[in-house]
Amino acid sequence: MIRAKDVCKLYGNKIALANINLNIPSGSIYGLLGPNGAGKTSFIRIMNQITAPDSGVVFFDNEPLKPTDIRRFGYLPEERGLYKKMKVGEQVLYLAKLKGLSSSKAKSRAKKWFVRLEMEDLWEKKVEDLSKGMAQKVQFVTTVLHKPAVLIFDEPFTGFDPINANLIKNEIKRLNQEGATIIFSTHRMESVEEICDHICLINNGEVMVQGHLLDIRKHYMNGTYSFTTKEEQTFSGMDVLHRNFLHTGHSATINSVTYPCNLIQKLAKENQLLGFEEVLPRVSDIFIDIVHNGPKPMDS
Amino acid sequence: MKSPILLIIQREFITRVQKKTFLLMTLLAPLLLAAVMIVPGLLASMPEDDKSIIVLDEPSILVPEDGNSQFSLEYLNPNEFDLEKGKTFLSESDKDALLYLPSGNGWDPDFIKNNILLFGKEDIGIDLQRFIERQVEEKINYQKLILQGVDPEVVEQTKTTVNIKSFTIGDEGNEETSATPLKMGLGYIAGILIYFFIFFYAVQVMRGVIEEKTSRIVEVIISSVRPRQLMMGKILGIGLVGVVQFLIWVILSGTIYAVVSTVIYPDIFAQKVPAVPSTPDLISVDQTNLFSMINSINFPVILGGFVFYFFGGYFLYSALFAALGSAIDQEADSQQFMLPVTAPMIIAITTAMNVIQEPNGPLAFWMSMIPLTSPISMMIRLPFGVPLWQITLSALILISTFFGMVALAGKIYRVGILMYGKKVTWKELYKWLKY
Repeated sequence: MIRAKDVCKLYGNKIALANINLNIPSGSIYGLLGPNGAGKTSFIRIMNQITAPDSGVVFFDNEPLKPTDIRRFGYLPEERGLYKKMKVGEQVLYLAKLKGLSSSKAKSRAKKWFVRLEMEDLWEKKVEDLSKGMAQKVQFVTTVLHKPAVLIFDEPFTGFDPINANLIKNEIKRLNQEGATIIFSTHRMESVEEICDHICLINNGEVMVQGHLLDIRKHYMNGTYSFTTKEEQTFSGMDVLHRNFLHTGHSATINSVTYPCNLIQKLAKENQLLGFEEVLPRVSDIFIDIVHNGPKPMDS
Repeated sequence: MKSPILLIIQREFITRVQKKTFLLMTLLAPLLLAAVMIVPGLLASMPEDDKSIIVLDEPSILVPEDGNSQFSLEYLNPNEFDLEKGKTFLSESDKDALLYLPSGNGWDPDFIKNNILLFGKEDIGIDLQRFIERQVEEKINYQKLILQGVDPEVVEQTKTTVNIKSFTIGDEGNEETSATPLKMGLGYIAGILIYFFIFFYAVQVMRGVIEEKTSRIVEVIISSVRPRQLMMGKILGIGLVGVVQFLIWVILSGTIYAVVSTVIYPDIFAQKVPAVPSTPDLISVDQTNLFSMINSINFPVILGGFVFYFFGGYFLYSALFAALGSAIDQEADSQQFMLPVTAPMIIAITTAMNVIQEPNGPLAFWMSMIPLTSPISMMIRLPFGVPLWQITLSALILISTFFGMVALAGKIYRVGILMYGKKVTWKELYKWLKY
């Protein structure tokens, strides 16, 4: 759906994006991950046509981005804000109309969203009178109201309490099921593991790794296993990362260079083996690994 | 479905005209302006309290002058009082001041005029001092004439006041009454007004930009519209507020004038411009003069010029102010940039008197060609009549500079609005032009 080809962006002498190539599949929930200053926001602004790349092209539905495509994007920036003195309803309609909706359509859709998110009583209030969480919900509505094909959320759960964060997360999943492509940008990598199906790790303006989340996690599996045995293990010759006593038995997580089948045989022989699995690395661990050791070629 | 720029103009316009401050300013500004013009004059013309002055007039110059309705003069006998006794008398009496005219050195008027003393229980008011100076001057002049053997009555009869009637000969040989004082006043007021208009509304653009930046909504907006569209929408929307406000003021002033002239003071206004002067006395000649002076001024050109130069100047400066607003995080940070940006306007105002004195001189010409000063300087010149080619050239330069300025300001603006927490320098702004 979105494809970046050799995208470069410089701010003065600082390289924000260095020959970025990535592919965001249609209908995916795509995590754009990396530390602060990695280049995520620069790329998002290029997708949103807020800034233009110095070189390279971004394709949308196989064609270079056009000014009219802006209406097919919804963007919730990290730095959120609304006109403080304006009434919530007026503001929602104004922003929807800027995205090309007619006044009547914007109003009927907005009313539905306000009911869904239990904020009907906010319509006539001024933004300055809202709590931060409420203002965030209003802004979420303004992002999705025009039913964009692509929804970009920059650090979406910042500022929400756990209940509202969950509510928004569910709404995002629902929008994805209805066909929207979702792009998350965050430096809190653990927060998107459960929601994203594709990721791209960016560091210093370069793509470190990208692809299907599960494929990447499998690709970066590093011989970490988790198992449960009836009896306590001696762990001789094993690099134990974590161990625990459960009412069903003893569990442990280890690093091992031994082939899993050999390990299973060994464990089964010595103890009654209740469960065994190879542990998928966390995205944050993959990122640290890449930063220290460089990316692992995907075809290796 | 409206175009985004129209939506932005609409929002900027509606949110501003809906504010109570807009209504208040629109209704009160003409009154405030009138107050600013009238009150100082009223205060200045207010009479001081009545004062009672005792006079020790040794050479008997002022005697028996007894002052006027405001300042009364009473005389001490010079045979009984000297200066010290006079001072004591003043402090013990309810009188306000002591005027001492010495007679030393015989009866030398030059000695007397240089040694007159005035003592007051409080500070001596400027009016009182002037009154006494005038009185003494008259008397001494009179005495000097007598000493020179000249009859003061003869001198009085020879006094002449010259009133020149000046005309300007138009291109077609038609003669028009020269209205220089009126044109000077009109030019100056137009220049000052346009300065305030441009400054007031351009600053509003800057504030609007800062508001969008600090409330962080700007990134949402520019993900829907181009930054330049947002900037232009804001400039046009606020400019429209200015035009509406100006129109309301014109209509209000016209209505007030019409009401005052036809209902409240019909007699005065009916007399002001008599259709046919009945007698060629001094007053009616002056009134006819005023009438022809007003007639000699090309008001449509001035009004048209005002609207054009307001828009031209406002667009130019508001683009600059928008760029400035985008570069800073709060209004307080604008100070370092404000002076250089507004300096041309200030120069135009400070040279206004020179332009008025020589409206077709080289300074006036160049000031009305340079686009950053032309809105003010040309407005000052317009009442005096400016060749069409100069107006056209000035307008073309202003318009083309505006487009250039929008292009430059737009470049700074699109970078600046996304830049937070950075103390911006001129060097930085220059770098943004190349981003």
